[in-house]
Amino acid sequence: MLSRTAENLYWLARYVERAEYLARTIDATLRVTALPAAYIGKTNEWDSALLTAGVAASFYQKYEEANEHNVVDYLSFSVDNPSSIRNCIEAARLNSRSVRTALTSEMWDTINSAWIELQEVWSKGTSTREDLAKFLRFVQETSLRFDGSAYRTMLRNDAYWFSRLGLHLERADNTARILDVKYHVLLPEEEHVGGPLDFYQWSSILRSVSALTAYHWVYRETLKPWLVADLLILNGTLPRSLASCYDNLTRNLDQIGVAYGRQGPAQRHARGIRNRLEHSNMNDIFQHGVHEFIQEFITDNSRLGEIITKQYLI
Amino acid sequence: MAVAFDEMNIPGGELRPAYQELARWLKETPPEALEYRRQEAELLFRRIGITFAVYGEAESTERLIPFDVIPRIMSGKEWTLLEKGLKQRVRALNMFLRDIYHGRDILRAEIVPDDLIFQNPVFRPEMNGQQVPHDVYVHIAGIDIVRVDAEDFIVLEDNARTPSGVSYMLENREIMMRLFPDLFARHRVAPVERYPDELLAALRSVAPLSASSEPTVALLTPGVYNSAYYEHSFLADKLGIELVEGRDLIVKNNEVFMRTTEGLKRVDVIYRRVDDDFLDPLTFRPDSVLGVPGLMSAYAAGNITLANAVGTGIADDKAIYSYMPDIVKFYLGEEPILKNVPTWRCREPKDLAYVLDNLSELVVKEVHGSGGYGMLIGPAATKATIEAFREKLKREPEGFIAQPTLALSTCPTCTASGLAPRHVDLRPFVLTGSKSTTIVPGGLTRVALKEGSLVVNSSQGGGTKDTWILDE
Repeated sequence: MLSRTAENLYWLARYVERAEYLARTIDATLRVTALPAAYIGKTNEWDSALLTAGVAASFYQKYEEANEHNVVDYLSFSVDNPSSIRNCIEAARLNSRSVRTALTSEMWDTINSAWIELQEVWSKGTSTREDLAKFLRFVQETSLRFDGSAYRTMLRNDAYWFSRLGLHLERADNTARILDVKYHVLLPEEEHVGGPLDFYQWSSILRSVSALTAYHWVYRETLKPWLVADLLILNGTLPRSLASCYDNLTRNLDQIGVAYGRQGPAQRHARGIRNRLEHSNMNDIFQHGVHEFIQEFITDNSRLGEIITKQYLI
Repeated sequence: MAVAFDEMNIPGGELRPAYQELARWLKETPPEALEYRRQEAELLFRRIGITFAVYGEAESTERLIPFDVIPRIMSGKEWTLLEKGLKQRVRALNMFLRDIYHGRDILRAEIVPDDLIFQNPVFRPEMNGQQVPHDVYVHIAGIDIVRVDAEDFIVLEDNARTPSGVSYMLENREIMMRLFPDLFARHRVAPVERYPDELLAALRSVAPLSASSEPTVALLTPGVYNSAYYEHSFLADKLGIELVEGRDLIVKNNEVFMRTTEGLKRVDVIYRRVDDDFLDPLTFRPDSVLGVPGLMSAYAAGNITLANAVGTGIADDKAIYSYMPDIVKFYLGEEPILKNVPTWRCREPKDLAYVLDNLSELVVKEVHGSGGYGMLIGPAATKATIEAFREKLKREPEGFIAQPTLALSTCPTCTASGLAPRHVDLRPFVLTGSKSTTIVPGGLTRVALKEGSLVVNSSQGGGTKDTWILDE
């Protein structure tokens, strides 16, 4: 397929995934900040939201204070924030238009309808909490519908695999960023001195990657920080864990390799990261330092993006 | 201006046979039901994203072309005549182009004046003596047809460069079939859905000799901001070919390749929807980023087919148009089946004098204009507009032609105050491959939605209709 088409499919999936992640982050932050101050301590959760979205620096060029109003606006509707939800949907639509021939009509319809709704219903942002909740649900449903239509209607060929690569690479990045911002509350077992304060932090983390219910099914335990870390980093059954993202990335890259009869640096690099995740356990990671581990992962992950681009997309 | 030919009603109250069933159905259908389906159609167009951009408006403006749900109907007999005329006309266009870029018999015979060719900016000296694969220049032609009476079809304009609109022909039909299955059940409408297949067959048939037996065809688009981008992606999808932009292509050793995820892949036929001027910055406009450097040398080397060929503008130029009846006779020795609109060539002093005297009754068009821009419609213009135009015309008479204001035929159309007659034209699409010329029965009917308006262009507030050819 055309390199440009592959590139558009890859970015299209990334934008949609990012929009959903931002919506979840806002949703989770709203819940935490709604708690009485005694339950969440002095951390500014809106500031954390900006950090996990990776836009704190540009935010503070525009605003003085990270409060609900400013952050929601910046993450959702701001035209100045290149990765606001609005801009993600705009970019997704533009990418879709460029690759209409590679999309199924269901996928196009999802993105185009979302874009129309964005303009007709949400062009002025939201004024009430109720509106905001509706908006966030709209974004999450768009992503689910897009993903579902891709899964149900696309031919299983390189077009599908490149779009999956974008999705999993973005997802891995998002999960890693939450961990990076919140690592200080994910302490190893023996150091744990938690109270109600941390409990809400942990549940907020899980909520932002839609894993709160999953946690209970996997561990059948009350929330424990090292298990939260284990779930998000190493558990292969959770779709948003780093391990699971890399299972998918290696599989999709292998499928491309087989179809093209050729492997390359992207396949090798992805396999390297997956092997490291496979052979790690939480004890080692804590010893090494969660922060360092995550930082390394984020670098490796974006390196994979560059390699894929060089190998296939330009 | 004469009374317009009404395609549905015969003066005196009778209906033309092709419209009888429609009229019955309209009588049975309450206006609300019609309105409801009209809204549904609009929703469908928007969801599918069948939009076009209007130049001069904000970059992101995407507009819908209004769709009128009342079909325009022609009998099979009428179509047979029209089809014959179209094939004749396109055959002559191709022979004319071949001749202009080779032997130039028609100039020697003094049928067409030399300077109209050689001083014409759309004439491409690069094409002199160049062999184009299978001698086909105009693979896809859109011939604009109007009617003024029950007998004749009149050509308003030949479009031999990159005619657009065929996606509307196909989508209009899809949407009509979805919304009005009952109405279809009462008619035998000739299908149009074979168009993509026939287009692909025609394009494959004209692949260069150096192509493999399975030639690769691609559609070249200027990109998402082009006003016809939807059509480009639609056609590429229906044909199952890659939709490429200039940056996706590269020329090496006079062969054209596209950049794919598996490396370079040779392309044999390019259905290009990019104008000549922008095709190759090394040959034409050096500032073009839409084209492919070196494309013209690959073309000269015979390694790529461009559809349509480069330089076809010389055949659909409005100044050449007035010679078309003679061109048909010259090459085919036949009487032209389709008529021309009587045309005054303002470059000729006698004609100019007549035009200047009768501006308020004529339509004056720029020779190189298109899309309905820059024309004067005398009867609808104010005195001041006419006077301003008069000055323009005197300054540069060779830039204009003039025609009588035609009373374009009308069809019943949904309006705010119920069904009313509105003026229409028709653009059928004529495909020419290495062996044959084909036309799917129908075309794009454009309708001037404003009462009394004769301008059907989408950029000027025109709409479209589904066009039915009854299979009798």
